[in-house]
Amino acid sequence: MPQIFPPNANAFAKWAILGGGAFFVALIVALPIYARTMNNAVGVPVAQPVAFAHNLHTAQLGIDCRYCHTTVEVAASASVPPTETCMTCHSQVRVGAPQLAAVAASWATDTPIAWNRVHDLPDFAYFNHSAHVNNGVGCSSCHGRIDQMAGIWKNEPLSMGWCMDCHREPERFLRPRSEVFNMAYEPPFDNRPLGLELVAQYGISHEKLYQCSVCHR
Amino acid sequence: MAVRTPGRVVETNRVMGPGQTSGGIDDVVNTPVLVGPQRTPLWWWIGFSISGALLTLYLVSIVHLVTVGTGIFGNNSPVMWAMPIINFVWWIGIGHAGTLISAALLLFRQPWRTSINRFAEAMTIFAVVCAGLYPILHLGRPWVFYWLLPYPNTHGLFPNFRSPLDWDLFAISTYASVSILFWYIGLVPDLATLRDQAKSRFQKLFYGTLCLGWTGSARAWTRYMRAYILLAALSFPLVLSVHSTIAMDFAVSQVPGWNNTIMPPYFVAGAVFAGFAMVLILGIPLRRAFGFEKIITMRHLDNAAKLMLATGMIVVYGYFIEIFMAWYSGVEFEVFMAYNRVFGNYGWAFWLLILCNFVAIQPLWFRRVRQSPWALFLISIIVSIGMWLERFVIIVVSLTRDFLPSSWGNYTPTFWDWSLFAGSFGLFFTLFFLFIRLLPSIATAEMKELAHHDAHHGSDPWETIRPKYYGEGTR
Repeated sequence: MPQIFPPNANAFAKWAILGGGAFFVALIVALPIYARTMNNAVGVPVAQPVAFAHNLHTAQLGIDCRYCHTTVEVAASASVPPTETCMTCHSQVRVGAPQLAAVAASWATDTPIAWNRVHDLPDFAYFNHSAHVNNGVGCSSCHGRIDQMAGIWKNEPLSMGWCMDCHREPERFLRPRSEVFNMAYEPPFDNRPLGLELVAQYGISHEKLYQCSVCHR
Repeated sequence: MAVRTPGRVVETNRVMGPGQTSGGIDDVVNTPVLVGPQRTPLWWWIGFSISGALLTLYLVSIVHLVTVGTGIFGNNSPVMWAMPIINFVWWIGIGHAGTLISAALLLFRQPWRTSINRFAEAMTIFAVVCAGLYPILHLGRPWVFYWLLPYPNTHGLFPNFRSPLDWDLFAISTYASVSILFWYIGLVPDLATLRDQAKSRFQKLFYGTLCLGWTGSARAWTRYMRAYILLAALSFPLVLSVHSTIAMDFAVSQVPGWNNTIMPPYFVAGAVFAGFAMVLILGIPLRRAFGFEKIITMRHLDNAAKLMLATGMIVVYGYFIEIFMAWYSGVEFEVFMAYNRVFGNYGWAFWLLILCNFVAIQPLWFRRVRQSPWALFLISIIVSIGMWLERFVIIVVSLTRDFLPSSWGNYTPTFWDWSLFAGSFGLFFTLFFLFIRLLPSIATAEMKELAHHDAHHGSDPWETIRPKYYGEGTR
């Protein structure tokens, strides 16, 4: 009976099995790495219709976060400021500057500026800004040093695992209420002793903090 | 297509018809596999086309489900588990007879397993495929089903190992992988036979690739037999464990009618019961279509029917002990559940279930019925319907009337519930028709071993004990 396969078929079969196994292992290693790095868009600037510079307005001009993000202490959404907020200054300051053309157009035509979302949580996750800033989570804890950003980007992956880091052990990250809006706040090297004090002071319940229904309502 | 001689088929009670030879087995089993496409029998094309049409319905249903969401089903509070879970349990149960035949009966050295194990194992795998898709499809977002797996995800969460739904995942995936491995290992020598007998270049390459370079040397056989026994030992516990795990989905919950310690053994018995019914539903037409009467003999049908009767009676015992325990427990919710099951607005389902699973199997006490393919085929279909009704009664009837009368409700399946169920038959039978066309549906290597034994030593100890019945060549 003639041979069906050439002699190198054996080598091919062996390498196919080995290669298949290696591919599978590589996939298992690569996918979690991909999900943690390239896929989370951390540090990737998001283009905006107006080149708004957070660093200029906050660190250099000294405007408080809450001047624009007015509802951060009282509502779920921190709120993106309307054009009116821009015009409180820019009706007087740098009127007609080319960088502000889109703001002026928005003001003239009475249409909101179409900002691009940077921090987009999935709809099934409930998030409340006021619950966080009133209980010792600083702006910079999640958003990073916005006061040093000329553009805007995510500083953290906003993955569930990242949320859970704090929801499991809030004492590692909490700061005094007075420091919440301080972008330059430096936590102590070991935040736990202070954190545990704050957990007690804010009345935070560890059990409640990692129940599903806290975020998935 | 096997060449069928007209006239009466000679039936036998032996494990195989007398005078079987290795070549004869190859002729009967391998010839219909190796004939060219133009000589594929008409019945195959008809069956395959109907299955394909149903498979199309299945795919359409899945597309509709994924685009619209689980709202297309009739499931709603309080009946959150309905048709998808009923069908899941039904399909996974069917698989169990295949594993029992292939693994348990091999370890118990039952010679009558040999000719039915191959297609029963195939049935197991295809049933597990149909079953395994249901839990995934009835997730709200089926595309993230892999969240059930313990992998290094970015959620900071591991699956909840205390949840029976996660046990399901492991039970089904273990069952699927071990079943496929066992089936494939068993196929290897037969694939090599097909490779050697193949006529066309395509067939040579196809079977030559699949048989992994099997040489048939003594060393290969020794290792093969060792691997086969080891896999059988691995599969055997699965007969008991898989459906026990499925039963836990119900048993560990608090719903009256689910929270019973009897659930695991009762589910396992029900699974084997439904599985043997399916083996007969597939086996009876198969032996007729391919002319396997001397390989799948009356003895096989008889034994399968006996196992069906035995496991069926265990299941019936389960029905009555559930009612007894409801009364004996004195828990008012349990008592009401039992009353509602029997006399409630879904009482018809319970009585139909008793009719199908209890009354319909009673004729199996008689040998004449056990040896009548037509009667067995009919009873098997009734049993399959009965086992579906059993899951309907357990799942839907318990959920519609639980603790609070204010949260009682009713359940009506929608068109898509039924289309997905009908479609899963399309998936099952499409795979099965492809299997019987492309692969040997009888384990020829094992049959040849049995034929050798039969010729030289007699195949079966029963022949010496009851020579009048088993020893006779013909009936």
